[in-house]
Amino acid sequence: MPEPLIFEYSVPGRRGVEMPEPDVPEAPFPEGFLREDLPLPEVSEVDVVRHFLRLSQMNYGVDKGFYPLGSCTMKYNPKINEEMARLPGFAQLHPYQDPETVQGALALMYHLQEFLKEIGGFAAVSLQPAAGSQGELAGILMIRAYHRDRGEGKKRIKMLIPDSAHGTNPASSAMAGLRVVNIPSDRRGNIDLEALRRECDETVAGLMITNPNTLGLFDENLMEAIELVHRCGGLIYGDGANMNALMGICKPGEMGFDVMHYNLHKTFSTPHGGGGPGAGPVGASERLAPYLPGPIVAIDRERTVRPDEPVYTLVWPERSIGRVRAFHGHFGVFVRAYTYIRMHGPRLREVSEAAVLNANYLLARLRGIYPVPYDRLCKHEFVIMGKVPGTPVRALDISKRLMDYGFHPPTNYFPLIVPEALMIEPTETESKATLDAFAEAMRRIAEEARSDPQRVQQAPHTTPVRRLDEARAARQLILRYVPTSEPRPTLAQA
Amino acid sequence: MRFVPHTEEERREMLRVIGVERIEDLFADVPEAYRFPPLNLPEPLTELEIRWELEALAEANIHTGQYACFLGAGAYRHFIPAVIDELLRRGEFYTAYTPYQPEVSQGTLQAMFEFQSMICALTGMEVANASHYDGSSALAEAVLMALRLTRGERPKVLMFPTIHPEYRAVVHTYVQHLDVRLEGESGWTLHQLRQPLLLLEELEAHLDAETAALVIPYPDFLGRVLPPSRLRETADRVHQAGALLIAVVNPIALALFEPPGNWGADIVVGEGQPLGIPLSFGGPYLGIMATRMAFVRQLPGRIVGETVDLEGRRGYVLTLSTREQHIRREKATSNITTNVGLMALAAAIYLSVMGRHGLRQVASLCYHKAHYLAERIASLSGYEVWREHPFFHEFVVRTPRPVAEINRILYEGYQILGGYDLGQADPELAGHMLLCATEMNTREELDALVEALGEIGPAREG
Repeated sequence: MPEPLIFEYSVPGRRGVEMPEPDVPEAPFPEGFLREDLPLPEVSEVDVVRHFLRLSQMNYGVDKGFYPLGSCTMKYNPKINEEMARLPGFAQLHPYQDPETVQGALALMYHLQEFLKEIGGFAAVSLQPAAGSQGELAGILMIRAYHRDRGEGKKRIKMLIPDSAHGTNPASSAMAGLRVVNIPSDRRGNIDLEALRRECDETVAGLMITNPNTLGLFDENLMEAIELVHRCGGLIYGDGANMNALMGICKPGEMGFDVMHYNLHKTFSTPHGGGGPGAGPVGASERLAPYLPGPIVAIDRERTVRPDEPVYTLVWPERSIGRVRAFHGHFGVFVRAYTYIRMHGPRLREVSEAAVLNANYLLARLRGIYPVPYDRLCKHEFVIMGKVPGTPVRALDISKRLMDYGFHPPTNYFPLIVPEALMIEPTETESKATLDAFAEAMRRIAEEARSDPQRVQQAPHTTPVRRLDEARAARQLILRYVPTSEPRPTLAQA
Repeated sequence: MRFVPHTEEERREMLRVIGVERIEDLFADVPEAYRFPPLNLPEPLTELEIRWELEALAEANIHTGQYACFLGAGAYRHFIPAVIDELLRRGEFYTAYTPYQPEVSQGTLQAMFEFQSMICALTGMEVANASHYDGSSALAEAVLMALRLTRGERPKVLMFPTIHPEYRAVVHTYVQHLDVRLEGESGWTLHQLRQPLLLLEELEAHLDAETAALVIPYPDFLGRVLPPSRLRETADRVHQAGALLIAVVNPIALALFEPPGNWGADIVVGEGQPLGIPLSFGGPYLGIMATRMAFVRQLPGRIVGETVDLEGRRGYVLTLSTREQHIRREKATSNITTNVGLMALAAAIYLSVMGRHGLRQVASLCYHKAHYLAERIASLSGYEVWREHPFFHEFVVRTPRPVAEINRILYEGYQILGGYDLGQADPELAGHMLLCATEMNTREELDALVEALGEIGPAREG
């Protein structure tokens, strides 16, 4: 039975939470200002609890099972993170409190900045951006501001983006007013150096690199690409979505990246929340550090009396691009990421090693069952083709059938350069037994594709709903609840 | 190794299957000069030790549950019913991601559909997205949306001067390399800032064929609510000029006041944090964004729509994705992908359990307490309260001493977190404090603040 909408439980006069009566005299409301109706549901607390609990049961999360969604790093989210973010001394702080009253929070932000600097090899970090794509926008604005200050702002209007890049790269560049130039990949899945060389001229603002790229491959042309772009005066943007492969393995800042965003909700175990909140801090090299979005946390040298008792304060980078959001960023997410980093320290390298081990192991198990378009050592993820030769089964069908085996599907149809792409990122928190079970399910689906393709094509069969008509959704555009005259379902019927 | 489950034996077996000897062999493609740098981070802590460390950091702060708090200015302390966190902590909700696979994401999708419906109900609009990062970035996106809706032919955006200063800053950041002029927001005198209707007239006078949008706060940063009947006239003038009207709202205020959809707004954005989301030192919060159906194809962000499955059962999917970056790349309506889904879920649960009646009660309590406080402070010598315009739960007080000084005494001597120092927002407003009262402030707290302000009074001579 589908779960009714919360609006469909509504009964006029039913109440959930009651508030106290006013303990002050009531002030008159101004005339002509008030609204008449407020069409929100009228339900009891138990209605709400049961409704949302039932909705949760129709969801699949990492806590339920394997979630190999490529490029999203769906690792286990430690429960201690959740408790720490809810400590009243963090959760009940107002962002405009005097810095003197929030030294613990500022210390946490300062140290998180320092940790991220060390992990990425950057000179400075701003925690401001709310998500990876906002970090991208910030980074691109920094690149633009840098060129502007060198009198080249009008000239450098071209952003080079490999065709394997996340869609956010070109979208963020366009938002910053840049022209996007696609750079193809070569036969080994690397940036095509010849194509890159042809575009390298005095109009280049920068090159956006995802490394490992979205094929899960460490770009073998990375150093040459960075040098080519730097030589023509462009800067290097790093899409840090895939940082889970690199902690303690190499530092993008040391390799010539000028600016990079981190995804705290991917690499640093903060939960994905059904689509956020994430956080997208930005790291910058020496020359771009003055342009970081602000404010950032620094030690207040004037008020610090003893070096072992630093006083923290919010400051503005000298030539900051400005704010990308109100207040100080997703602090609740910072607490979780800080907790995670402190629990690992230098052993974060083992996290990345295990992530890469798991991906290569699963790739080895799937090789021979599904085509592998770029077959070499992968990093934290890899891409196979969701095709079973001689059958009509597609990547989408395989994805849906995986649900019947109890798994979340991989990312499908991305990257765009691989037809029928299935992008698989197991993460380090999965055991060999889980990977084996997934590989076995994939093998059985390939068998089913030959013996009973319809069963695969009509999957899933065991989920709360079957395949949904997306074309119809886009055509009829029912985007909110509109009351009908039909009788409301009662709790008993639900 | 915490959170990595492999035994040494399993690791060896996995390496054997891969066909390499050592883990290090998996990184042969990383340039040797940069491979395996030292990670200079503090040594790992166990769960017990990290708990000690974080509890100590948390205790180094004074929080709003300890001291009476009268700060608002865009982040508000409200009652959060226990059911919200109980439900948010369902692992099926918070450890899922964007619902790309609807068959195993109906929980998130239906909750987002309900959230969109409730935001439409609150704002009086026809369609809402499934959230934006926060109120400020939602406003920046609304401005970009208005520029697109006027086909990039109108480079001017009129910004009401008493929009939250940090929201204005974010709009500036977003448009800094685009061919856009932001006008109207600064250069006003204290006298003018005190008369919002006069400001409205001034801005209306600047509407022309170059104007893409006029942005109106409701209530404004100083707590004031412009008359809906007057805003209806504004909407007419904006539309006659071929421009769009953008409203920046506080969703709790909309439980009382005529929603922007009723007075002609085209795009409504706002900060959803007051809807059951903790203060959390400024984030994560909840960007709200709603518009008319006619503009839905230019609305950025995720949108959930209703459909049916193979067997005709009702279900929900992400829809209109051809607006989005993963399909349209540089031609997308925005770069946004991850939004703040869990915060939207919190708001949906909050609005469900408060309901029509509870939300009105909350808004009324805020209104009454703020008005009680304003009236009592107005009776103190040396303080002047801006009361000539209707306000919701925040108001301006001219103080007899610098605001920072008063706040310091309140904090040190009375265990009170005082108001926002408006001089930070605009030098014209130096010496003015923005005070906020919500349902969380008891009468005892309000009276204690009044008493303290009375005692502090003007600076003593000598």
